[in-house]
Amino acid sequence: MDLTVIWAFIIAFAVFAYVVMDGFDLGIGILFPTFKAGRERDRAMNSIAPVWDGNETWLVLGGGGLFAAFPLAYAVILPATYPLIIAMLLGLVFRGVAFEYRWRDPGHQKFWDMAFTGGSFVAALAQGMTLGALLQGIDVVNRAYAGSWFDWLTPYTLLTGLGTVAGYALLGSTWLIWKLDGDEQAHARTLAIRWGAATIVLMGAVSLYNIALNAEYAARWLSAPEIYYVAPVPILTAIVALSMLRAILKDRNSKPFWLGIALFFLGMSGLGVTIWPYAVPESVTIWEAAAPYRSQAFMLVGVALTLPLIIAYTAWAYWVFRGKVADEGYH
Amino acid sequence: MLENLDALLLARIQFAFTVSFHFFFPAFSIGLASYLAVLEGLWLKTGKSVYLDLFKYWLKIFAIAFAMGVVSGIVMSYQFGTNWSVFSDKAGPVIGPLMAYEVLTAFFLEAGFLGVMLFGMNKVGKKLHFAATLMVALGTFVSAFWILSVNSWMQTPTGYFIAENGQFMPGESWMEIIFNPSFPYRLVHTVMAAYLTTAFVVGAVGAWHLLKDRANPHARKMFSMAMWMAAIVTPAQIFAGDMHGLNTLEHQPAKVMAMEGHYQSHPEGAPLILFGIPDSEAKTVRYAIEIPKASSFILKHDWNAPLKGLDTVPDELEPPVGTVFWSFRIMVGIGFAMLGIGLWSLWGRVRGRLYDMPWLHRAAVLMGPSGFAAVLAGWITTEVGRQPFVVYGLLRTADAASPLDAPAVAASLLAFVLVYFTVFGIGVWYILKLMGKAPHPGEYGVKRGDIGPIRTAGITPGPTQNPGGEETLPTHAPDEKEGV
Repeated sequence: MDLTVIWAFIIAFAVFAYVVMDGFDLGIGILFPTFKAGRERDRAMNSIAPVWDGNETWLVLGGGGLFAAFPLAYAVILPATYPLIIAMLLGLVFRGVAFEYRWRDPGHQKFWDMAFTGGSFVAALAQGMTLGALLQGIDVVNRAYAGSWFDWLTPYTLLTGLGTVAGYALLGSTWLIWKLDGDEQAHARTLAIRWGAATIVLMGAVSLYNIALNAEYAARWLSAPEIYYVAPVPILTAIVALSMLRAILKDRNSKPFWLGIALFFLGMSGLGVTIWPYAVPESVTIWEAAAPYRSQAFMLVGVALTLPLIIAYTAWAYWVFRGKVADEGYH
Repeated sequence: MLENLDALLLARIQFAFTVSFHFFFPAFSIGLASYLAVLEGLWLKTGKSVYLDLFKYWLKIFAIAFAMGVVSGIVMSYQFGTNWSVFSDKAGPVIGPLMAYEVLTAFFLEAGFLGVMLFGMNKVGKKLHFAATLMVALGTFVSAFWILSVNSWMQTPTGYFIAENGQFMPGESWMEIIFNPSFPYRLVHTVMAAYLTTAFVVGAVGAWHLLKDRANPHARKMFSMAMWMAAIVTPAQIFAGDMHGLNTLEHQPAKVMAMEGHYQSHPEGAPLILFGIPDSEAKTVRYAIEIPKASSFILKHDWNAPLKGLDTVPDELEPPVGTVFWSFRIMVGIGFAMLGIGLWSLWGRVRGRLYDMPWLHRAAVLMGPSGFAAVLAGWITTEVGRQPFVVYGLLRTADAASPLDAPAVAASLLAFVLVYFTVFGIGVWYILKLMGKAPHPGEYGVKRGDIGPIRTAGITPGPTQNPGGEETLPTHAPDEKEGV
């Protein structure tokens, strides 16, 4: 296997890690207004306060890794989705500072709670729409984006945006089932059922839209012999979705959360099948976008040395803050 | 054409704005993370609670500053692609890997251990907690290492070749790219600047509380520590700055010409212009106050050494002289003011009156933000001095921007300005509020849920309540049923 393919998988892994890990943080932000001010909100936020920063770092690895391993893709996708990226960044600004600011002045707490929700929602929507904008194709002429600055706004991208918001809300609520107990856990359960159903419906809608969007995507999924290789993805997705809904109703701990992650994994695998081997669908393949061998090899050494360590100490940090969240929070 | 020019200018303003705002936070948190590690280490070594109190006092401030640094930093990591896509495409193969290393070796390290540092003292025990603090401090330094290597490569590119498609490609050795000629100087100068920035903030807070109560042992301790830094690190920093300047003269002479205001060549010893108003139209510095031949002495260690001026550089390759000239003088001026404070404090210390000198304390309060101003002025000097290039001598800034319409860039610039001033303005205000409270025995660390009804225990517990610094709130009991 050549380095470019390895790097495509590393970037995909970073994006997946980001989506599920910051996904539940952003989901909690999206759901925040439905929590009662006081104990419920404090506990929800405390459940992610020690880990959100590490979770968000995967976004920097995804972006930075794309820059380093596929500079042309980075240089095309970001200008093409310019307003979305800026909106996402500003959303993340509000979301990120709210973790600290909401404790600083009781009179300001309401405002920062709103900023937390607004920022999380905008970031999630913008990420989902960016994905949609990528999937629907980007005009590239002479190594540069050649479209106009509103090409990213279509019914399809709105659909992918909403799907992402719903999916993050699902992850957030299943995380809270795990980290909370009592009435608050019951509330999280209700939310998880609702958003779980919404996620499944929207995932289905996006999948169908993909097939209608582009003949090549349809061929990938519907023609023989490809169909025999790819058919397990939708079948597994259906099985995981049903077991997840069942777990949400019954389980008191982490099972709904892990099944939610499995659902995301299958969804992203499906997207991988759809867009392979393009970095920018139908314009730039991963090989055309790739950095030279020497850059990829140099970084691969770094990844091989550091990624196991990163995973180890991240797991340790999660382990330190394991269990249900206490009332007063951490100190 | 005009529209393109506008989009370029707007993109440059946007980058300058976001990076300037961003750099305030790392400049502070690089130094503060190390200061926190020193405080915690001293506490573990001596067992004196004053160190733990100071640790917890500054930890609250660190948490806010770090959050602002994180969110403004993510903006930077995407701005290369959004606004400078041609630069990203061309330079990505060389500088992209360095930035990826920054993420892998620094950002994850900081972020992974930050949660334990902020909230984990009672969960992991003292030694492991200290290890987490050290990891965060190490992360801030490693981050500076990589990003300054990238910046230095853009100033003094080495170890690359240019491919047929116009991309910069890595040559035989990555060491040549990472350790490019200006990198060691820039790294030392910038990291010491961060330490001094923090020292002067800490010194100002200590001085402020000494002015209110000169017996406060916490204020005394932090003021004394900060003044040692001012006295020892400032001279070292001035020396490092001089070395950095000589390095710049060797590799980017036009930048030094602009810093010095040398429009003309001086074959027999160039004057040191202390002040004046550069006039690029007339190619002269008006109302100049100058010391004859002193510039040659500083730069060449020879009063009569010839120095070339901007007359040897084509006009279209000249950096904007006025900005570089002034920002350089502001930086140097602040540096010498810092040296003055350091010497003044030494004199006070020798006389045993360090805590009884209200005028020194007032001056230290006034100098509290000076590090930020110096750091910003220094960056303006080096970045504007690199113009009109983004990769010095090879890729012009005008050729590096994204194909964006001016309205798109204008809208995003406006959004950044509004959001940054609001969000970071409020954050700075919260920090100032924390600094306004005197550190006291039994200082609380970063807590969640410590406002509102839960705070009935009071925010200023007496000394007896909390001698060992253990928290007074109930600790979190791990749930027995729970597993991961």
